Amino acid sequence: MKYKLIFSIGKSLLLARWKQTLVAAVGVTFSITMFITLLSFMTGLNKLLDGLILNRTPHVRLYNDIKPSKDQPVNSAAAYKDYHNFISSIKSSSSRQEIYNSTTIIESLQRDERVVGIAPKIFAQVFFNAGTIDITGSVNGIDVEAESNFFHFNDYIIDGRGTDIKNVANSIVLGKGLATKLLANIDDVIQVATAKGEIFQLKVVGLYQSGISEYDKSVAFASITTAQKLLGKPASYITDIQIKITDLNQAPKVAKEYAGLYGCDAEDIQTANSQFETGSFIRTLISYAVGITLLIVAGFGIYNILNMMIYEKMDSIAILKATGFSGSDVKKIFMVIALTIGFFGGLAGLLFGFLLSSGIGRIPFNMTALPTVTTYPINYSLVYYSIGFSFSLITTYLAGYFPSRKASKIDPVIIIRGK
Amino acid sequence: MSEIILQAKNINKYFHDPVTVKVLNNITFSVNKGEFVSVTGKSGCGKSTLLYILSTMDTDYEGELLIDNEIMTHKKEKQLALVRNQKIGFVFQFHYLLNEFSVLRNVMLPGLKLNKFSEAEVEHRAMERLKMLGIQQLANKNANQISGGEKQRVAIARALINDPLIIMGDEPTGNLDKKNSETVFNIFRELATEFKQTLLIVTHDEGFAERTNRIIHMEDGNIVT
Repeated sequence: MKYKLIFSIGKSLLLARWKQTLVAAVGVTFSITMFITLLSFMTGLNKLLDGLILNRTPHVRLYNDIKPSKDQPVNSAAAYKDYHNFISSIKSSSSRQEIYNSTTIIESLQRDERVVGIAPKIFAQVFFNAGTIDITGSVNGIDVEAESNFFHFNDYIIDGRGTDIKNVANSIVLGKGLATKLLANIDDVIQVATAKGEIFQLKVVGLYQSGISEYDKSVAFASITTAQKLLGKPASYITDIQIKITDLNQAPKVAKEYAGLYGCDAEDIQTANSQFETGSFIRTLISYAVGITLLIVAGFGIYNILNMMIYEKMDSIAILKATGFSGSDVKKIFMVIALTIGFFGGLAGLLFGFLLSSGIGRIPFNMTALPTVTTYPINYSLVYYSIGFSFSLITTYLAGYFPSRKASKIDPVIIIRGK
Repeated sequence: MSEIILQAKNINKYFHDPVTVKVLNNITFSVNKGEFVSVTGKSGCGKSTLLYILSTMDTDYEGELLIDNEIMTHKKEKQLALVRNQKIGFVFQFHYLLNEFSVLRNVMLPGLKLNKFSEAEVEHRAMERLKMLGIQQLANKNANQISGGEKQRVAIARALINDPLIIMGDEPTGNLDKKNSETVFNIFRELATEFKQTLLIVTHDEGFAERTNRIIHMEDGNIVT
């Protein structure tokens, strides 16, 4: 009842000066609209650009690097155990690139709660024969389902079907640039020579475009079995295990742990692509800074309008106080006015922000890098809407607080005498 | 022996700006229930200042103030607001209605604030008081659409809404013409005689004061009679 009264007085005061109220509310609406639009668009773009690299990069990659052995034989010889051994001209060992016990490692990874998905991979150097020319390139043997689920493989297929590499025996997906060089189309058969000189005929079932043209000119994908056949290796042969984990930020720690546990090399995404984090962080920071600046400006608008209103309503405040409204009641009335402006202005801002960002989301936007994207990317995350709305309430609260406090301290005697 | 409604004990008041001046000097008096008291005196004798202290709005004074045998001195602002709401009705020289509200709503506001009756009951009581003062036809008009005399009657209705112990007036007729002054005075007298309403009215209108039950005359911060 008491709050009902305060609300009804606040409402009457607001409506008595509805034009001023509207101007203040439009200020909030505008800033929230811009805040929502800016952040949705910026983060949409960020996600897209980061996705270019990050989607295709495993969070942790297990592999065997080509490098000299850490334990040189002389160190294990009992006779030289207590000596400091200097060895010169060490060469990288020709140890296998295969991951030992890959089946067991995959099984144990599947039991790890931090792991979202695992995709095994084989990397094979080959030559693509086109008439008299040999083009150096590589064939990645992949598990096409895992690769699509965790690394968006299917999003980059621009022609044909990626899943066919699993269904059609001896088939291959070619990079767009590579296909152009080979003059190959879907259903054509191309010739691939392995490093060991063996020649295979593979059927093209799809074209792949990553957007990084140098990459597209040399890469091709085949199923794991096909790749194993190319290399003449048994069914357990795998050179890479790509792991996606629940928390990206844990990747360096997890990578270190796996390297020790499985006795192979492990590379985390942060080490592989350190610059992307920074770029997207700065872009998001700038968007927030601009959005919040807009809100603060709107806050000053509300502050001014409330201050003016209080000067105009001095008499009313005095009479309210004389008839038994306490200072805190008066303060509440003006806070209600401020928060009402913030609430409705903010709500309208959310709506307009949604409309404006979905408008931008309809503008055509073609990127060679991402064949699946046809319009500007917008991130419709509820987080920005709730941040925007909370900020509209917080700024109006702060903007209303000082004028309201001033109103609550007005001495009715001075006003009534002074007339 | 009738009941004492309002009691002032040794009230002193100073103005500090620009120099310290004593405006009220040991004011001691009391008002009984049902009395119609007027306070008179020349401009600047401190009668309005006294009224603001008695009304609890001004708390910067020395001495003791009792309303309904309750000490008001040193009470919190919030408690004083409640006292004003419950026990005191105000009528000012300038009518001070809230222009954003209708006449009826203006009368209802202190009643709604008191929150003793439901909104419908407060509305009913407000209408009763408007009828009593013969202005029920103005109920739905906006406060800024009515004449000065009518405004003052609305202000009286507002002062009456919570059945106050005492009605205080600061020159309630000071801004009105002869005819309207007469109407307002008659309303006060009727309240005093028929409803045994206690009234304390500050005025410099000798004709008004002469017709009240008791006159407190002030000179230079002292009560003379």
